[in-house]
Amino acid sequence: MIEKHYDAVVFGGGSAGLAAAVRIAGQGCSVAVLERENELGGILNQCIHNGFGIQRFKEDLTGPEYAERFIEMVEELDNVSIFLETTALEVTHGTPHSVFAYSKRYGVIKIECRAIVLAMGCRERNRGNIGIPGTRPAGVFTAGLAQRLINIDGYIPGRRAVILGSGDIGLIMARRLTWVGVEVLGVIEIQGYPSGLTRNIVQCLNDFNIPLYLSHTLSEIRGKDRVTGVTVTPLQDGKTVTAKSFDLDCDTILLSVGLIPDNELSRKFGVSLNPETGGPFVDAGLMSSVPGVFACGNVLHVHDLVDYVSEESERCASFVVEYLNGTYNPLLHHPIVSGANVKYVIPNKYLPGMTNRFYLRSLIVKNKAELVISLEGEPLKRKNLAHVQPSEMVSFSLDEQDLSRGSESREKKLEVSIY
Amino acid sequence: MKNNIYDVAVVGAGVVGASIARKLSAYACDTVILEKEWDVSFGVTKTNSGIIHGGFHYPTSTLKGRLEVLGNIMFDRLQQELHFPFRRCGILAAAFTIEEMKTIEKMYMQGVENKVIGLELCNRDRIHSLEPKLNPDVVGGLHAPSGGVIEPYHFVFSLIESAKKNGVELRTRFKVVKAEKRKGHFLIQAENGESLRARYLVNAAGLYADEVSAIFNAEHLQIKPLKGQEFLLDRNAAGLPGKVIFPVPSIVSKGILVIPTPEGTCMVGPTAIEQKDKEDLSTSQSNFATVFHSARRLIPKISERDIITSFAGLRPTLKGNDFYIAISEKQPELIQVAGIQSPGLTAAPAIGEYVKDLLKKAGLVLTERPDYDPFVDEIPRIRKLSPYEADALVQKEPAYGEIICRCESVSEAEIVSAIRQGHTTMDGIKFYTRAQMGRCQGGFCSYKILKILQRETGMSIEEITKRGLGSNLITDRVGGLAVKDPAAAPTGTEEVK
Ligand SMILES: Cc1cc2nc3c(=O)[nH]c(=O)nc-3n(C[C@H](O)[C@H](O)[C@H](O)COP(=O)(O)OP(=O)(O)OC[C@H]3O[C@@H](n4cnc5c(N)ncnc54)[C@H](O)[C@@H]3O)c2cc1C
Ligand SMILES: Cc1cc2nc3c(=O)[nH]c(=O)nc-3n(C[C@H](O)[C@H](O)[C@H](O)COP(=O)(O)OP(=O)(O)OC[C@H]3O[C@@H](n4cnc5c(N)ncnc54)[C@H](O)[C@@H]3O)c2cc1C
Repeated sequence: MIEKHYDAVVFGGGSAGLAAAVRIAGQGCSVAVLERENELGGILNQCIHNGFGIQRFKEDLTGPEYAERFIEMVEELDNVSIFLETTALEVTHGTPHSVFAYSKRYGVIKIECRAIVLAMGCRERNRGNIGIPGTRPAGVFTAGLAQRLINIDGYIPGRRAVILGSGDIGLIMARRLTWVGVEVLGVIEIQGYPSGLTRNIVQCLNDFNIPLYLSHTLSEIRGKDRVTGVTVTPLQDGKTVTAKSFDLDCDTILLSVGLIPDNELSRKFGVSLNPETGGPFVDAGLMSSVPGVFACGNVLHVHDLVDYVSEESERCASFVVEYLNGTYNPLLHHPIVSGANVKYVIPNKYLPGMTNRFYLRSLIVKNKAELVISLEGEPLKRKNLAHVQPSEMVSFSLDEQDLSRGSESREKKLEVSIY
Repeated sequence: MKNNIYDVAVVGAGVVGASIARKLSAYACDTVILEKEWDVSFGVTKTNSGIIHGGFHYPTSTLKGRLEVLGNIMFDRLQQELHFPFRRCGILAAAFTIEEMKTIEKMYMQGVENKVIGLELCNRDRIHSLEPKLNPDVVGGLHAPSGGVIEPYHFVFSLIESAKKNGVELRTRFKVVKAEKRKGHFLIQAENGESLRARYLVNAAGLYADEVSAIFNAEHLQIKPLKGQEFLLDRNAAGLPGKVIFPVPSIVSKGILVIPTPEGTCMVGPTAIEQKDKEDLSTSQSNFATVFHSARRLIPKISERDIITSFAGLRPTLKGNDFYIAISEKQPELIQVAGIQSPGLTAAPAIGEYVKDLLKKAGLVLTERPDYDPFVDEIPRIRKLSPYEADALVQKEPAYGEIICRCESVSEAEIVSAIRQGHTTMDGIKFYTRAQMGRCQGGFCSYKILKILQRETGMSIEEITKRGLGSNLITDRVGGLAVKDPAAAPTGTEEVK
């Protein structure tokens, strides 16, 4: 068995893994990036539409173009080793950690390292997760899989499609399908409001006259071998109104019903996971419950925008470097918890004496909302939010000054609420 | 083969047909097994609870009761020969009241009478120590350590592989639609125009045993489907028990069970709903609440949040609810194997023996083959190997190093061996390898499997199906469909890479 040693190993060469690797290697540490696909870039490779990098590069890029920027950076560094078509499959943690990575070319490689960055991305929720009744024919795809089949492999999965879920991936696929000649009969959304960006509603549905059925759900899938149709049922006050159901004759169903951080591997080697996010619990430096194991990107929590992924991953990498240099002290971190109307806040801890950046998701839909951060019950900082809804991530920062205020209590527990 | 006439044609490649064919493969006898689907085990056998029952439910006055007990004890040897996932994890039937304990005692007596080994009655402490996840309200129950769980389709794949190795011919996509009695043999015709001849016939057509019986002018049978829906939960489900957990049964069914599958996931079900349509495998939402309510009564930690998928199967039932396995009174060269509902899986190996004896009785001369080899090669599974064992394997065969399905850790080499064993549909590959069976349900690996299938079989992408005729996955290539308003489609970045 081939054995190797690096300061840090990054699991996954998507936007999170790349940004982390560039930053860690840039500080002089040695890094290995393990990527199971045959190219770097992760999910971005199939996102051939534009809209990426507006925050980061002040340019409107496609997914692959955005990824390319980071791939170029990583390829310029000689202390980064890239292992393509290599899957991290087993980890035994300790000092050092041992990672077993499987590949056709090298066999199983044993890599010893002091730090691990989890950057494995997420997977899509599927039919089983949401339990749509009916038959089990061919023709039911998750939207991301359909996106991959069309954009990378050049395969069209059907001719008349219905899309369940109005998140951005679903909306973008509605347009993409139309462009390749598939008739899109409608986008069905169980909530009373679309979960994707307004810009995508306009550009991906309205411009093509694709109906959006808000407060509707799929109540049955029909067809023995291949999908032949679906029944769509409206909801009123959260209850289905069966009498008002109608049928759509389609041969394809795309499910865009949410993403789940892919933490099977992390769970297997003892990383404790947050049931709200599906990602690891992390401290202010994005370190998980296992010392030396960090997480960033979609494996930590699902991000709407890649720009945030890059930013978060670079921040994570700085802490990895601190850890490698022996200056990381998790004992100084204090907890931050979700208060009223907040689904989750990430990270789960903060560190006084620096600028802390947080991401959170709201449980409620509201215009003119207020974000309140309080310390031991005392409001510490307030922020106005024009609009909140569960599908849109909210971010905020607390700097040294914000955190220097407040009580002297030992726990120093922060709480974030939305009103 | 004498005059191009098979000695025996078995109609149906479910667990029953496969067990019979494999049994016959030990004898000098030209056997063909005919299956209408594109792969074996695509009928009732693919959708069941996978339990090897403990022999305490039915009296030995029933054929199914006798064959269940006999079948159960044959599985250890079969596993040694055929390497399918099987575990004698034990079965517990849990009682909540003194009344229910009385039924439990009856079941115990039944089992003892059936000569089941190791049965025990449990008091509260004993049953909770055997299964700590049980509801604390359980007051006692029955423990059948010889009960177990199996991967049914895998069992069939192995049986067929073994049968083929010993000379049995398998014809898939061969739907028997017509038959004529000729001199000393049947002429059997398939829907696709093919035909063949055989001297003896075994009707193991599951739900369609009545139709096949009619095709051969034999008994008038009426198979009624009884639907059972099952829910599959993630392997990390907190409710995953160590043993199969039964409630105290009612008259209609064994009730909702909680089952630890041999591959480490958890199954909850099955329901029991009569229906007419033999093709309707649709799942419904209406029984969902009751199923989980019943399951949670046994194991409180069972949660619908852990559902990976749900599916339904149809039990082929006959009036009287027993198996009907006999030489046809109308066609003395036809063996009827009908009404094989639960415990058909458990009984299958014993049915194989039983049918062999009936064939002898019907006049078929069976002599043992000196070169019979009961063993098939075990295919290495990456997920079962340590990294060191895996490395040694990859050095010999690199394709074991390419992980295709990450949820179930299935390598490219395993997919290729499935295809080479004749499993050329997406579902066939799924059942053979477990790729697409985990929590992402194929989201990550199906495009890779599509590629491997094309490469290995030479099929075009449009020809690949989920499970046979009409279940194609890809309809067109990008650029191949007329676009309504071509002006709207952008060029440049939207082009396929
Ligand atoms: C279908 C889809 C469409 C999206 N569309 C947009 C969009 O239009 N605009 C936008 O801004 N954001 C979009 N996003 C958001 C996206 O989440 C981020 O933009 C970002 O790309 C996520 O980066 P990541 O590195 O965390 O994950 P990924 O890009 O998914 O990277 C994870 C990488 O890890 C690899 N990997 C996983 N497990 C292992 C292992 N065990 N061993 C080795 N390698 C492994 C994977 O192969 C993958 O390459 C989309 C996300 C999805 C899922
Ligand atoms: C929900 C459920 C749960 C169950 N749980 C258990 C359990 O836990 N334990 C247990 O022991 N048993 C269980 N059973 C019962 C068990 O699954 C069946 O008894 C068994 O699978 C029947 O196998 P078979 O080979 O007779 O039928 P099948 O698997 O249906 O095989 C018959 C085959 O014949 C083919 N065929 C039909 N007509 C033709 C034709 N004209 N030409 C060619 N081929 C044809 C079909 O395509 C099919 O493949 C369960 C059943 C169900 C439905």
